[in-house]
Amino acid sequence: MSVIEIKNLHKIYNESEVKVHAVNGINLSFEQGEFAAIVGPSGSGKTTLLNMIGGLDSPTEGQIIVGGTEINKLKAGKLIDFRMRNIGFVFQAYNLIPVLTAKENVEFIMHLQGVSKQDREKRTKELLIAVGLGDRINSRPSKLSGGQQQRVAVARALASKPKFVLADEPTANLDSKSTENLLDIMEKLNKEENITFIFSTHDARVVKKAHRVITVEDGKVISDERK
Amino acid sequence: MIWSISWRNVWRNKTRSIVVISAIALGIFAGVFSTAFMKGMTDQRIESAIETEISHIQIHQPGFRESSEIDLLIDNSDSLINNLQKNPAIANVSRRIIINAMAASAETSSGIKLIGVYPKAESKVTTIHNKIIEGEYFKGVKRNPVVVGKKLAEKLNLRLHSKIILTFQDFEGNITGAACRIAGIYNTNNSLLDELNVYIKFTDLQKLTEIPKNTNHEIAINLYNNLTANDVSKNLSKEYPSLEILPWQTLKPELGYMSALMDVYMYIFIVIILFALGFGIVNTMLMVVLERVKEIGMLMAVGMNRLRVFNMIVLETIFLTLTGGIVGIIFGTIIAKYFSLHPINLTWYSQGLSAIGWDSRVYTSVNFQMILIVTVLVILTGIVAAIYPAIKALRNDPAEALRTE
Repeated sequence: MSVIEIKNLHKIYNESEVKVHAVNGINLSFEQGEFAAIVGPSGSGKTTLLNMIGGLDSPTEGQIIVGGTEINKLKAGKLIDFRMRNIGFVFQAYNLIPVLTAKENVEFIMHLQGVSKQDREKRTKELLIAVGLGDRINSRPSKLSGGQQQRVAVARALASKPKFVLADEPTANLDSKSTENLLDIMEKLNKEENITFIFSTHDARVVKKAHRVITVEDGKVISDERK
Repeated sequence: MIWSISWRNVWRNKTRSIVVISAIALGIFAGVFSTAFMKGMTDQRIESAIETEISHIQIHQPGFRESSEIDLLIDNSDSLINNLQKNPAIANVSRRIIINAMAASAETSSGIKLIGVYPKAESKVTTIHNKIIEGEYFKGVKRNPVVVGKKLAEKLNLRLHSKIILTFQDFEGNITGAACRIAGIYNTNNSLLDELNVYIKFTDLQKLTEIPKNTNHEIAINLYNNLTANDVSKNLSKEYPSLEILPWQTLKPELGYMSALMDVYMYIFIVIILFALGFGIVNTMLMVVLERVKEIGMLMAVGMNRLRVFNMIVLETIFLTLTGGIVGIIFGTIIAKYFSLHPINLTWYSQGLSAIGWDSRVYTSVNFQMILIVTVLVILTGIVAAIYPAIKALRNDPAEALRTE
């Protein structure tokens, strides 16, 4: 069964003036445990598509069904709760909370979910060890390198035990060593824990690692290849 | 964790936060100290009026206070005073004969209020005996000793042991007089009182005016607790319905109003300070929200609901405001406490202040209830100042916010 089903998805910006079809009739589905990359040139609509899958943006038309729930029909409050429980996010600029340590950044979502302190601490430790930062749990983001910060962001995205992780250009700000390291970690988590990862990326290294590559251009899927 | 984030966020931009906290601290310090100063002045005025003029409760025949008629006497005052002294709320009692008189020296004369007192009893009710600057309280003069104020002594050009001629009406309505000698000169820092009140021994005045024994015009009562004045006077009025028994707040209503009015002024003053500070806080928090658009967008994206985002901004504002408020309150209280023991000397204005009955040495009065109210007001200011920036934060669209640089 599909984790995500996208049916006839449209997103039109500036509806009253010049219409821009950022997403123009996309149909896709993702299975549990996929390691997929959405690629395409700038302005092709890949980030808009990712935002709509993550419930951050609403479609002008079409349906997004995540685990049987049509998320574009959810009210704002329910949608925030849905995101918290089902979707993990990794952003290009890491977006960690600068006043919290690595451990606290990972714990944060579990705190919002109401997970007990004991369980939070246990899972945080496991995740930070899994991303290779077991020795930096008490470091603040400003004391970590870009690659390390992005690894904390991956741990944070996984903390809530989401159905899938959406990563928007996760390697755009990283050097090649950090990129390789981060991709290895995500691939390992995908293989060992069957976590679904969907990337939007320009990065050839990500495309190379991905098991499925969806190419988007002018808001349409022009190819969908599985390796 | 939201509390922790909010608190740590206060210190993200240390310079800016310290500037805002200092402004709040300074404003609150000014508010706390000025109110302690004003309260101290008012309390001193009330205390001084009670101690030197009116005492806590006075008993008269109805109409005496308005007309000062010599025949409006309290009868059987011995038994009345005996009963009063048995009342557990009453500390001391002093009986007085009060008549209007003319005081004359070799050079000039002046209208005065002649008050006949038992020195020992009077000294337990008022503090005139402690305000003697020359001579002694009814000592050192054998015949008709009187105690006069410094201002009157200056006006009539009198010195210690000078002769003073007092002219007044006796009980029969005849003009009579007496030659008295000044045993002591007092100075209360209230020039109105110092010019008007002349004290003479009760027995001397009783003899001179031929007022019947066991009677007098006024009974002044000193209580153990100032705050019970209203209740005690009400109870006594029920017991002695034919007498006019009034607490100090009614005897000198301006003092009661002054106290209440000063409280209102103090709160208005603090509210104005906080209102002005509120704008500064709103401005700072708007900058904070603007700087953190992306971060707030991320928080909303990963599942922080609007209420939590709102609370986070409100808490940060409260922490910022309260930190400044507490610093201001602590410094204001410490400084005010210091000046409650070491008076502020307003010597430059002493003449003007004395003319309206105020002391030029001001002991500040730290009121802990007021400090509690100021703390609550500071928190309220934080909450109110946070509302607009927090609403601004909530207007962020997570997808758009995440795109900002």
